[in-house]
Order: sequence, then structure tokens, then C-alpha cells
Amino acid sequence: MKIYRINMSNLSSTIEEVPDEWRLMGGRALTSAIVAKEVDPACNPLGSKNKLVFAPGLLTGTMAANSGRLSVGSKSPLTGGIKESNAGGTAAQRFAKLGVKALIIEGIPPGDKYYCVHVHKDGVNIKEETELLDKGNYEVIKTLTDRYGENTGVMTIGQAGEYKMSAANISVKDPKGHIRSAGRGGLGAVMGSKKIKFITLDDNDGAGIEIADKEAFKNAAKIFNKGLLSHPVSGDALPKYGTDVLVNILNEAGGLPTKNFRRGNFAGAEKISGETMYDTIMERKGDPTHGCHVGCVIRCSQTYNDKNNKYLTSGFEYETIWGFGAGCEVDDLDIIATADHECDDIGLDSIEMAVTMQTAMEAGVISFGDGPGILKLLGEVKEGTPLGRILGNGASFTGKAYGLTRVATVKNQAIPAYDPRSVKGVGVTYATTPMGADHTAGYAVTANILKVGGFVDPLQKEGQIELSRNLQVATTFIDSCGLCIFVAFAVLDSGDVAQAMVDMVNAQYGTKSSIGDWFELGRTTLQTEKEFNRAAGLTSKDDRLPEFFSEEVPPHNAIWDFTNQELDSVLPF
Amino acid sequence: MRATVKLFAQLRAGRFKVEEIQIPEQTRVKDVVEGLDIPPEEVAICLVNGHDTGSESVIQNGDTVALFPSIGG
Repeated sequence: MKIYRINMSNLSSTIEEVPDEWRLMGGRALTSAIVAKEVDPACNPLGSKNKLVFAPGLLTGTMAANSGRLSVGSKSPLTGGIKESNAGGTAAQRFAKLGVKALIIEGIPPGDKYYCVHVHKDGVNIKEETELLDKGNYEVIKTLTDRYGENTGVMTIGQAGEYKMSAANISVKDPKGHIRSAGRGGLGAVMGSKKIKFITLDDNDGAGIEIADKEAFKNAAKIFNKGLLSHPVSGDALPKYGTDVLVNILNEAGGLPTKNFRRGNFAGAEKISGETMYDTIMERKGDPTHGCHVGCVIRCSQTYNDKNNKYLTSGFEYETIWGFGAGCEVDDLDIIATADHECDDIGLDSIEMAVTMQTAMEAGVISFGDGPGILKLLGEVKEGTPLGRILGNGASFTGKAYGLTRVATVKNQAIPAYDPRSVKGVGVTYATTPMGADHTAGYAVTANILKVGGFVDPLQKEGQIELSRNLQVATTFIDSCGLCIFVAFAVLDSGDVAQAMVDMVNAQYGTKSSIGDWFELGRTTLQTEKEFNRAAGLTSKDDRLPEFFSEEVPPHNAIWDFTNQELDSVLPF
Repeated sequence: MRATVKLFAQLRAGRFKVEEIQIPEQTRVKDVVEGLDIPPEEVAICLVNGHDTGSESVIQNGDTVALFPSIGG
């Protein structure tokens, strides 16, 4: 495989051999290794010394189920630390089929011109772009699909990326031409700083994927695939209800953060639940079951139509619905779906923006419960008004602008949809992951609430440190394989599925490593990320939740009660 | 004795979302599941007043019992 490298300072590109040290890396392990090696940790994330790295996972492009995820790495303008942001869509598999192990973009062009990049079997073309500037992601994807044909990958930034906002994401075209996002950490702003509006990918006549032992790979892939389909969560619940099935259980368990984390349950929960969403989708002739990339067997995504049975949004996730819903005390699923559509179109992380809206409500910019007000404020972000530019830089920035202390962020990144006081394991992850508050970095909701991979009482401290640590290490490996995080349900519950995952990697790369050996890649990646963060100026004081979490949260009156020493023991390296 | 029973996801099919039921003292969660003709293996999570209790737990007057199949996201 090759490394494609683009220098935007002089609009040049090279194709490089993959150094030995990166051969057995992919996805997050690789983007973090490249960023750590090549980016000055003290640099300005929007300056010429930062780089933007795209990498498919170790297994991406193969027949392994759910292996088509993309990792995007950089120094984050939101957290000031290292970032790996992960997305579905059709880009990762095209990189893999082109034999591109990573695309590294460095430098900033002189002048005000914007560019587009086309990635193909012989390298890249960089051209000036004028037509699609200031356009939203839906129009960009539609125009490029018309221009280059259905079979072209697209990664694009909306207006938010052009404004270099810290909540800006990178949108990736999915198999239906809708949008998946490398959402977290403001990497759309980094792409905007490099003056790249979009990147297209043509994988025709690519070098393809080499597999050392095809038979062994095929056998392991069969076990893995079957394991995902036979697990009740990935085989049954996720395809039907999507991730929004979590609204009701978090509400019942008292862990659904409501009114900017004041309560753990929401009177309007049923109206925004996965069950209601499923009925609404069926009634409006939408599609409840759809995969974000080819080869996904879980297919948790969906197409959500409006009242006139016209497309409104897709990839409509629990965390977004929680944030604009319970978090803002809005119980209208259509308004939340419109907010999701707008975030996708403008190119905004819907978790960051949902918590930003809660913060704006806290500040009195609009009132809690004001759904139309949310849409109006998103319009301000799209227009780039002064207020819009405050909001588009995320919850911490907005909180600071209004002098607030009740701002739910860690390392300036918004805390998602599970109250850390009543789902304590995921709270430990929010505090300690090098990424800033991120539920996917160590999804302890599994053992705390869903009874997958054992049970650890969500309201007690016991067992949470170890749970979060083990999940963070395992997740980093899963992210490095290019696998969807939802394979974890079957991997955690079945030793055979976990073994099959590792057997596939061994068969592809001709290695004979154990599960423990491969998980070591997860551990060393976390270590690399923490070292980068330290050199960037982050300390253990950044591995803490905001002070207001020492308040009790009803209904269980749970508090955040981990000591600093306990938090520092989670990733002690 | 009275208790509120809430069902979620696939457990609602052919049953209900929420109902108040009359039960004798010493009724356990598993007795409620059986009374609703829900195969026990279909219930993965039982919450009584928001606490994960397991199916052997005895229901008190006024309790809310929430039953879920295997779900995740």
C-alpha cells in the first residue's frame, strides 16, 4: 500500500512507500501515529504546521462485515489535543481499494483561493474550486454525483468548515448519497484552513487489497459475520429501531440528561423514542433500516421523512435526538430531525451543536423547549453572523461568551447523551479519554445499562475505572481495524467473535498475534495520544468533569464522586 | 397492591406501552413477565423504579416495573 501526501503550500503531491513502523497500523492507530510523528503538538490547529490525515482501517475494503469506517486525524481546534474522528460512508473502502493506507494533507496555500482534491489510482489532482463555495453539503454531494457519477466518494465541508468553526465536521457521502460525518473535534475547520472544499475519490482500477491467507480470512470472516447477526442487539434491535431505542431505557434508568443536565429523565421521552421514530418512519413511507457503508450487516441507519413523506434526514442518531430533544426539553421529533438535517448540511457536529443549544438556553438566548428557536440559531450559524460564529465554536466557547459555569464539556468537547453521575462508567470515559468527552471512546453504557459484557451497577463507583480502561483499549483497536463500534456488542459477549476479529487481521497481514497482542496496539495508541496531549499543554487537570456535576441529579440523586487519584489511574501512562 | 408496568421495543407487540396492574403481595418481576405471556428469555433488562433488579426481585406497592428486550446503540 501507499501513502498519498499533499502539500497545499505549493499544491504539490507525492506517493510514498509505507514505512515498516506503520505497516501493521490502520484507522485510529495510524492517524494518531502520523499526527504524533509529524505535527508539532504546540502548533496552532488552524495554522500551516497542522496536518489532516485520512486512513481506512486495517480490515477496510475486505469482506469483513462492518469494516468500512474511516478515521480522520489531526490536532483538534476544539480540544487543543490530538483527535481521531470516525465516520461511515463510502470513502474508507475507496481508499483501501486504491491501496492508499493514508492521505496526509499538509500546509496552507497562499492567497484566498479554495481548492478541490480528486484522489485516484495514479495519485491526486488539485484544482481551484469556485462553483461550490458557500454551499451546503447536500448540494455539494448532489452536484458532484451529477458531475462524476454515482460511483464516486465525496468528503466535504459545509459553511461551518469554511468559517473554520470548532464545531465543523467533515461530511462523507453514504451509499444512498446522504451524509455521514466525521463529527467530533472540529476537523472540518482544519480542512477549511487548508482551503479544501471537498475531496472526491475514484477507486477504478485501484491496486486492491492483498490478503496473505485468503482461506483463513474467509473462514474467520464467516464466523465474525454470523456472530454479529446472531447477537440480539446487532442482529435485531439496532436494525429495527436504530440507536434511538436508547431514549426510553436511559429515561427509565434516570440517565437521560434533561434541561442541560438538571434531571435524568424527561417527560417527553416517549415522543422522541426509537419506538415512536420507527412508527413515524413506517407511516411516512421512510426506511427504518439502512447501512452507512457497503458490507454493514447491522444497518442501524434509516431514512426519516417529513409529514409530506419527503426525505428529511438520515443517520438520525440517539445522541442527536437526546441533545436537541431531552437536553433542550424539546419533544417534537420533526423539529429535531430538521436540526439534524441542518447540522449535516451546514457541516456541524450534531452533538456539539445540541449541547451548544442547551448552553444558549442556559444563557437565555432562547428558552428551554423552544424548538423553532434552535432552528433559527442554526440559521445564524449558517449565515456566519456574529452570534452564529459564537455558537459554531461550540458549547465551551458559547458558555464563556455568556459567563456561564454550567457548561457540559471536557477538554472543551461537549458531553453526550448519558449522565455521568448516573451512568458512571461512561463518565470515567468522558473525563479520561484523550479525545475530550466522547461516549464512543469507552462505551461503558454496555455493562452499566445494556447488560452486554457483564453488569456493573451504573450508580456505584465499584468496577467503573477498570471497565472504562478495558473498553478504551479495546475500542482503540476496533477503531484501528476500521470496524464499526457496534461490533463490540458481539465481541464483548462472545470469545469466538473476538477471536474471529483477530484471526481476520492475522490472515490479512500474515501475522500470528494473539488478542492480547493486538489490544496492545490499542494501549500503545492511547499512550501516543496522551503524550501528544501533554506536549500540547494538556495536563491531568483536563481529565476532569465540570464542577457542576458535584450537584445531585434526580431521580436517583446521584453525584459525580470519583477522586482525582482514581481518574488518574484509568490510563496511567 | 398496584404496580405500573412499562414495556419497550419488541415487547410491546400485541401488548401495551404502559398499564397499571393489581398484584398480590410477594409478586416477583418474573411473575409479572409470566402473567403477560412474555417468554422469559425475551426480557434482557428489568428496572424497578429505575434500578436494575433482576427478575427475582419482589415488587412493592406503587413500584414501576420497566421491561426491555436486548437493545443497544
